Amino acid sequence: MGLAKRIIPCLDVDAGRVVKGVQFVDIRDAGDPVEVARRYDEQGADEITFLDITASSDQRETMVHVVEQVAGEVFIPLTVGGGIREVADIRRMLNAGADKVGVNTAAVFNPEFVREAAERFGSQCIVVAIDAKQVSAPEEPLRWEIFTHGGRKPTGIDVIEWAHLMVDYGAGEILLTSMDRDGTRDGFDLVLTRSVSEAVNVPVIASGGVGNLDHLVDGIIEGKADAVLAASIFHFGEYTVGDAKRHMAEHGIEVRL
Amino acid sequence: MASIAIIDYGMGNLHSIAKAFEHVTGRDRVLVTSEHATIRAADRVVFPGVGAIRDCMAELQRSGLDQVVLDSARSKPMLGVCLGMQALLDSSEENQGTDCLGIIPGRVVRFPAYLRDTGNDARLKIPHMGWNQVEQARAHPLWRGITSGSRFYFVHSYYAAPQEDADVAATTPYGIEFASVIARDNVFAVQFHPEKSQHEGLALLSNFVGWDGES
Repeated sequence: MGLAKRIIPCLDVDAGRVVKGVQFVDIRDAGDPVEVARRYDEQGADEITFLDITASSDQRETMVHVVEQVAGEVFIPLTVGGGIREVADIRRMLNAGADKVGVNTAAVFNPEFVREAAERFGSQCIVVAIDAKQVSAPEEPLRWEIFTHGGRKPTGIDVIEWAHLMVDYGAGEILLTSMDRDGTRDGFDLVLTRSVSEAVNVPVIASGGVGNLDHLVDGIIEGKADAVLAASIFHFGEYTVGDAKRHMAEHGIEVRL
Repeated sequence: MASIAIIDYGMGNLHSIAKAFEHVTGRDRVLVTSEHATIRAADRVVFPGVGAIRDCMAELQRSGLDQVVLDSARSKPMLGVCLGMQALLDSSEENQGTDCLGIIPGRVVRFPAYLRDTGNDARLKIPHMGWNQVEQARAHPLWRGITSGSRFYFVHSYYAAPQEDADVAATTPYGIEFASVIARDNVFAVQFHPEKSQHEGLALLSNFVGWDGES
């Protein structure tokens, strides 16, 4: 017995509403973020992640209000990602009640931002989000690259090297999303997940591709992830977080029940 | 009206802990403050903190709040949280060695590198992050309604190693068994974050609000 593996429902929020895109195209409305967060908390979520996908900056304040409301009634760790580009963005989210912030594109364009953020606020609240896509041809050794802009733009940066660098710069955790799997419901990219999780000494959250509860089990056991993140399987009521935890426990995974 | 002062000395975000206390006790009783007089007048004191211990001690000394914490620890119910727990010991290994407040005898040490699970030999990562079990080592009023072995939310790389077993109120397994809660007289200090530990965390805060400081 000891530390539990975590289940983290992720809420993609656009202009104050929870949405979930299938490979970033077909966006379906899934409700009010405060209500959804409250429901996941009651179901036993270990943390909640909000990903702000609002395009226009004038609607960014909406996310601050969402976080403020949720933090006033949900007493588990809250992470906010999306649109975090400078120290002031981090401070605003922490002051609203977030416990951690996810940094993605800003880290790719300016890695020093991660160092500055970790020194200012502590590594415990800096999650570096990595969007990875396989770039090796079928007969080559596996290799993944960082992609930005929702998986559209390659950067030429190797995922494993980048993960090492980000931990050196002070990342306290890595949120690893397979852009090949995101929205497919085919399961996590387990080889990618295991490669990153074994490469670094900070917790790795597996993300992208969950379509059923066995996928969560695979992410922990085969992917060696410390936590699993999922969105659509929970949003539309197919499974509760409690269902997921019981399923994981039946497969010998330690969870908080 | 009885008041709870949450000491604000510039180390981390106190929003969460203030919100959690407001949730269990009502908004008008919770004060987030750096004012010496307000803290001295409060009925009970919360000593929080995240970040590095050297910065923590430097801020306490610069603001003179170190003496306020020392006096509070002698006189009224006090809850240390995370770095606010570690600062109560004599010293910490962090930042090439840092002298702390010396309220509880002992040291703060880093988890060993290459930490392994004693059960399945899996590699354990640092920081220790997530929900782990808190095994109560002895009875205490703050455990009321909380089952031994309940899970609380942790995030830390260093842990307290008190000199005297009598000061250990709970332990947690993470490759080793470490003291996740220490308690002595009117002081109770936790390595985890009760404000982020859902029902059990709120129960602990609620127990603290009603605690007279007797153990």
